[in-house]
Amino acid sequence: MIKIKRFDRKKEPNSVTMEYPITEGLNLLALFYKLKSTLDPSLSFTGVCRSGVCGSCSVMVNGKPTLACSYTPKSGDLIEPLDYHPVKRDLIVDKTKALHTLNQAQTWIHKTNNIPRDTQNLHRIERQSNCILCSSCFASCPVMAVNSDFLGPFALTRALRYTTDSLELQPLDTLTAIQQNGVWDCTLCGECTAVCPQGIDPKMDIMNMRSKSVQNGFDDPTLANMSFGFDFTQGF
Amino acid sequence: MTTDVLIIGSGGAGLSAALSAKEQGADVIVACKSLPNNAQTCMAQGGINASFDINEIDTHISDTLRSSHGLGSEQMTRTMCENSAIAIEWLASIGVPFSLDEKDNLAKRFMGGASQKRTYYAQDYTGLKILHTLYDNCLKNGVIFKNERLLLNLIVQDKTVQGATFLDITTGEIEAIYAKSVVIATGGYSTVYHGFTTNGIGSTGDGIASIIRAGGVASDLEFVQFHPTALKKSSILVSEAARGEGGYLVNSEGERFVNELAPRDEVARAITREINNGKGVFLDLRHLRREKLTELLPQEMKLCRLHEGIDMATELIPIKPAAHYTMGGIEVNDSLETRDIKGCFAVGECSNAHVHGANRLGGNSLLEIIALGRMAGINASKFEPKTTAKNQEQLLKDKHFISGVYNFTNQINFYEKREFLGKILYHNAGVIRNEIGLKGVLAAVRQMQKEFTFMGISDKSKDNNTNLVEFIEFGNTLEVVEMLLVGALHRTESRGAHYREDFNSENETFRSHSMFWKEDGVLCASFEEAK
Ligand SMILES: Cc1cc2nc3c(=O)[nH]c(=O)nc-3n(C[C@H](O)[C@H](O)[C@H](O)COP(=O)(O)OP(=O)(O)OC[C@H]3O[C@@H](n4cnc5c(N)ncnc54)[C@H](O)[C@@H]3O)c2cc1C
Ligand code: SF4
Ligand code: SF4
Repeated sequence: MIKIKRFDRKKEPNSVTMEYPITEGLNLLALFYKLKSTLDPSLSFTGVCRSGVCGSCSVMVNGKPTLACSYTPKSGDLIEPLDYHPVKRDLIVDKTKALHTLNQAQTWIHKTNNIPRDTQNLHRIERQSNCILCSSCFASCPVMAVNSDFLGPFALTRALRYTTDSLELQPLDTLTAIQQNGVWDCTLCGECTAVCPQGIDPKMDIMNMRSKSVQNGFDDPTLANMSFGFDFTQGF
Repeated sequence: MTTDVLIIGSGGAGLSAALSAKEQGADVIVACKSLPNNAQTCMAQGGINASFDINEIDTHISDTLRSSHGLGSEQMTRTMCENSAIAIEWLASIGVPFSLDEKDNLAKRFMGGASQKRTYYAQDYTGLKILHTLYDNCLKNGVIFKNERLLLNLIVQDKTVQGATFLDITTGEIEAIYAKSVVIATGGYSTVYHGFTTNGIGSTGDGIASIIRAGGVASDLEFVQFHPTALKKSSILVSEAARGEGGYLVNSEGERFVNELAPRDEVARAITREINNGKGVFLDLRHLRREKLTELLPQEMKLCRLHEGIDMATELIPIKPAAHYTMGGIEVNDSLETRDIKGCFAVGECSNAHVHGANRLGGNSLLEIIALGRMAGINASKFEPKTTAKNQEQLLKDKHFISGVYNFTNQINFYEKREFLGKILYHNAGVIRNEIGLKGVLAAVRQMQKEFTFMGISDKSKDNNTNLVEFIEFGNTLEVVEMLLVGALHRTESRGAHYREDFNSENETFRSHSMFWKEDGVLCASFEEAK
């Protein structure tokens, strides 16, 4: 049996934990579908591609963000909706705010120089661009508990991907956008890196973004009031 | 809610159209039934075709037309291939990190059916990286997203589209989005083969069903491409690379029975014959040894372990063919405007722009969604409707219908029917078809249509009701499947992906498109000679 934390805003109490049987050989997402079609059609969750690339099915399994389609359930598991996302119903969460961090961090190429990348540059952005926006890292990040305006790991990883891209002529735009509630608010705890199903390392990316920021003349607020006096135009 | 261009679907086709319409200065709304990055375009691994000089373009066109078995339009195929280089260059310029060769040029590989190397890729994640780059650019350019909106119906008056109605899945409200023009980009219908498809959950042909209900036309729905090697239990795709690297196909007696590198439809038929003879079929990669497999097929190894509990280095992989790509769809003209509904455009897997004909060439669908997707956005943004009337009737009808669904008796579990339908479709209207089987499934489908109001939902909640969403998708499935079966039944020949064992050769009189539309709620069909 597994336990699923159910939530329905309109019910009293609005949250209950229910037990469901496991079917041998089914991954967690397949099990959800089976439960829904045979036992309880009101069980609510999301899942599209079934193969780990659409990023829609992450849930908390025993407190750890996990893609349901890539996890084999074990007896006693507790399944809950993703942390730090408003719960809509059962395991369906509202990702609006999490996804909006991409707008805030301006993770795109602002102005392109149209000179193609070389292999070396490509290798520096390839892993980051494997991100499936599953929000697992966001749900694992302890900073969210104390600062809900924090941009969070995937937006910062994407910021590195675009500011490192040799196509981008104006990396300062993204860099500027991630100074507030961004790279400096991370505690470098590495939780995000531990949960990423794509093997991405947002913690390392954030560290790199810090150096990049300093190289481009932004202050490191963790070293209070120390100015390095770098020239804004240098460093890229 | 009102906009200039309403785009339904956030896959590669929808987002390309959104960006090009935006470039033309139009206000754009993209509505999709999940989140933008969940669109199935993210699943494409292999790559996207493109041709850069006249010689390449000509062979690309002739390969595509050959694969289309007489049903590809030379004009549209030319348009797509001639725009392929621009499409790739555009994608690269907005940031898609395509893989590079040792000279730092875009890397390309062979795909089945191609006489030249022309498939460009971004590691194993071509579709994912294209989709996410398009999404980032949509955010940059201020495209408005309406997520978790399920298309119900098009709003059409005087044969001109005015917008569409949606179920806002989060709130349960029915809403209308009015627009000067609409682009339908809702993807294919392989998931009607429930349990027997490599596709994601929602590929139920919703856009095609909505066109038929609105008085439009769909075509060639009987043409469904089956991928030979999907995992037996989960139908997850095992890429062609597994055979390309030297994998064998064996039956339960351990015998090899087909040239593994023959075209997809031939291999799929050979496998199906073995299965129909009561044998199991397996992909055997053991001789390639663990070290090589880890290096060459890491994704495949992971998927086998996860979904089938199989270690491919030491065990046989049980496989079956599964529905993979749907060539048929919404009938459009050379400007991608839908037949009989003005101002309404369709592009991508939901449409039939006659570029794939009876069989799609690998790598051409990603090309189609980008090259033609951009064209659809431009054409849609140029469309000027004669009036800006906002007919409320459809909205009222749909509100009425949805509240009616809450009162359907729910005496029949539609999930059971969906599973049953997937199974009988696969076995009788799948890789190998015949008249008796097709007639049997058609009768079952018509029965299910009659029983529809005895089905229904048991989850009566208004907000976030995925039981309701799946029920509506099932309604669309029944609509699309009826056309698929009628087409397959009347096409008494074998052509491309459509194989009839009772008419096992190509027949020139059928070098024509099957056309479907509704009159007074009744499905009509005819054949129209291919250009
Ligand atoms: C496993 C796999 C591998 C593939 N590999 C390749 C490859 O290597 N090369 C290649 O060229 N092709 C490949 N294909 C095919 C290709 O990926 C698809 O044909 C293509 O991505 C379809 O894109 P699209 O934009 O038309 O639709 P999709 O990407 O399917 O997007 C459809 C959109 O419509 C929305 N939608 C659907 N119904 C509704 C509704 N009722 N209301 C609101 N929104 C709705 C969905 O939410 C989604 O946003 C592959 C396909 C699969 C399944
Ligand atoms: S390393 Fe930083 S971003 Fe990652 S989880 Fe920890 S605090 Fe959050
Ligand atoms: S970085 Fe990893 S965990 Fe975070 S959203 Fe992307 S894929 Fe998911």
